[in-house]
Amino acid sequence: MRLLRRFGRFWWEFVVGDDWLVAAVVGLAIGATAALAAASVTAWWLLPLAVLLVLWLSLQRAIRSTD
Amino acid sequence: MSTPDVFLVLSAFLACAVEMVEALTIVLAAGLARGWRSSLAGLAAATVALAVAVAALGPALTVVPLQALRLVVGALLLVFGLQWLRKAILRASGYRALHDEDAIFASQLEEARAAAGVERAGLDWYGFTLSFKGVLLEGLEVVFIVLTFGSAQGSIPLAVAGAAAALVLVAAVGVAVRAPLARVPENALKFAVGSLLTTFGTFWAAEGAGAHWPGADASLLGVLGFVAASSASLVWLLRRRRLALRVAEAGS
Repeated sequence: MRLLRRFGRFWWEFVVGDDWLVAAVVGLAIGATAALAAASVTAWWLLPLAVLLVLWLSLQRAIRSTD
Repeated sequence: MSTPDVFLVLSAFLACAVEMVEALTIVLAAGLARGWRSSLAGLAAATVALAVAVAALGPALTVVPLQALRLVVGALLLVFGLQWLRKAILRASGYRALHDEDAIFASQLEEARAAAGVERAGLDWYGFTLSFKGVLLEGLEVVFIVLTFGSAQGSIPLAVAGAAAALVLVAAVGVAVRAPLARVPENALKFAVGSLLTTFGTFWAAEGAGAHWPGADASLLGVLGFVAASSASLVWLLRRRRLALRVAEAGS
């Protein structure tokens, strides 16, 4: 059980990393892109904007935690 | 070679170079403190384990449908790339200390010298596991990048070539200087790798989700320009903010 938990934690840290918000926003933005594309709406612009937004939010969180 | 192929080789080369510089520091610390035999055995064992991972997972990834692969790989690369960029921006703007290979080497050397000696299979076990774990953990990220980049772009050999070139270069310099490669501009490399991973991640995740890029593959350059300009602007903004805070603190 302990081994399984350590294995899970390793993969969580490997994939999600220091800030879970990044993974969450990326997931939401990809979902929204898929929804727009399925509705035949131009969707390529959404992910670059999400990148800028999540980078800014994540940096703010990191700076607040060091204050 | 097309633009995506050039980016592919460059990304694998830079990502591998950064991770190998860190792995080299650990192997050197283990070698100097616990003996070269154990350290090099750990390095060899980890290299074999990583090669097995590539051999096992590489062919498996090639049978996944391309759109599904690009969606999953794009999402993962995007998360990876944003993590690299986040760290690089925090370091470049002064909110986090720069990675100091000399300091890391000194602390690892001290730790390795203080550890008790246990011999297994004719090897100093501490030196072997220190070297093995270091190379395996740093190498896993490279394996992930090489396999996902290579398979989503349809050319694992090109990605492997980029990573192998970095491995040979870092190993050759490491053998020549026998010291941690502290002069490598690691944060600049992290910036470059973070930008490339984020660019490919954005491009493939959007394509995998069903979006179409204007200009197809050529839009990769546009995305890279956007990511690089955004990151540089964030560094500039955060530096200014940090400076303003310092001035306000000094004035109060």
